[in-house]
Amino acid sequence: MNIAVLQFPGSNCDQDAFQLFASGLGLPTRYVWHKDTRLGEADLVVLPGGFAYGDYLRCGAIARFSPVMGAVREYARKGGLVLGICNGFQILCEAGLLPGALIRNSSLEYRCMTCELAVEDAGPAFNPGTLGARIRLPIGHGEGNFRIDEAGRAGLEANRQVILRYLDNPNGSLDGIAGVRSEAGNVFGMMPHPDRAFERFHPSRDGLSVARAVLAARFPDLIRKSA
Amino acid sequence: MKIKVFVTPKRNVLDPQGAAVGHALESLGLRGLKSARVGKVIELDVDGPDTPQFRAQLDKLCRDLLSNPVIEDYHYEIAGH
Repeated sequence: MNIAVLQFPGSNCDQDAFQLFASGLGLPTRYVWHKDTRLGEADLVVLPGGFAYGDYLRCGAIARFSPVMGAVREYARKGGLVLGICNGFQILCEAGLLPGALIRNSSLEYRCMTCELAVEDAGPAFNPGTLGARIRLPIGHGEGNFRIDEAGRAGLEANRQVILRYLDNPNGSLDGIAGVRSEAGNVFGMMPHPDRAFERFHPSRDGLSVARAVLAARFPDLIRKSA
Repeated sequence: MKIKVFVTPKRNVLDPQGAAVGHALESLGLRGLKSARVGKVIELDVDGPDTPQFRAQLDKLCRDLLSNPVIEDYHYEIAGH
């Protein structure tokens, strides 16, 4: 197992994401700089939270053109596992690797709090059976208001691509959507932070099971071991 | 040539900033406000001729980078000819 955590200029949760996998799950984890054009051998690529390129223009709009994103696109096309957290989710949407877009919170406020989330039945690994029906993860964002057109919305529901929904919508997201996966099921994005929910002093340790569920999309044994 | 690219939220996409600005305008006494939308203007100064090829390139750049077609529309004005 080999986890690659991308670093963009302005990433600020890269170390949190690193520690989630390295210390939380005990997996070999390394950083990949945004200027690298190759990912090397990787079983999961993580796009961490932060404010890549200052979020100039739109969140994720400039990061998606980073040299490393060509390799990420190719990796995802071949079925490689990708996880985008917060700003990483915004980058994946901008890059077209996930459907929809994230706009300013309806309150116009930056929201920093722990959220209760409903786990949706989004596949053999990501479902209430493996994660529990409800989990708690922190959020911290000003642009987490998920938007998609009607056709896209119908597609998300028909293909069971919604992975997490807020119970108490903090940002105005359409249908309370907090996280989605790609149709093929190998690219995951979420505004809540599993990387802020794995230590004893964190508000929950649900980040560990979320990280395992993402990995289990390709490595089903991980879920069986932890169950 | 001087180019102004206007990027605006799509009509059917919620615009929280526009709504907040609209409320402020009403509280300052503006009556009859039907809608307020907040977008952005990007000003470019480019050397070279305004050709169909250039416009095709500009459209692509507007779609790929300057706007996000999922949530935004764009149009541009080219001055100086």
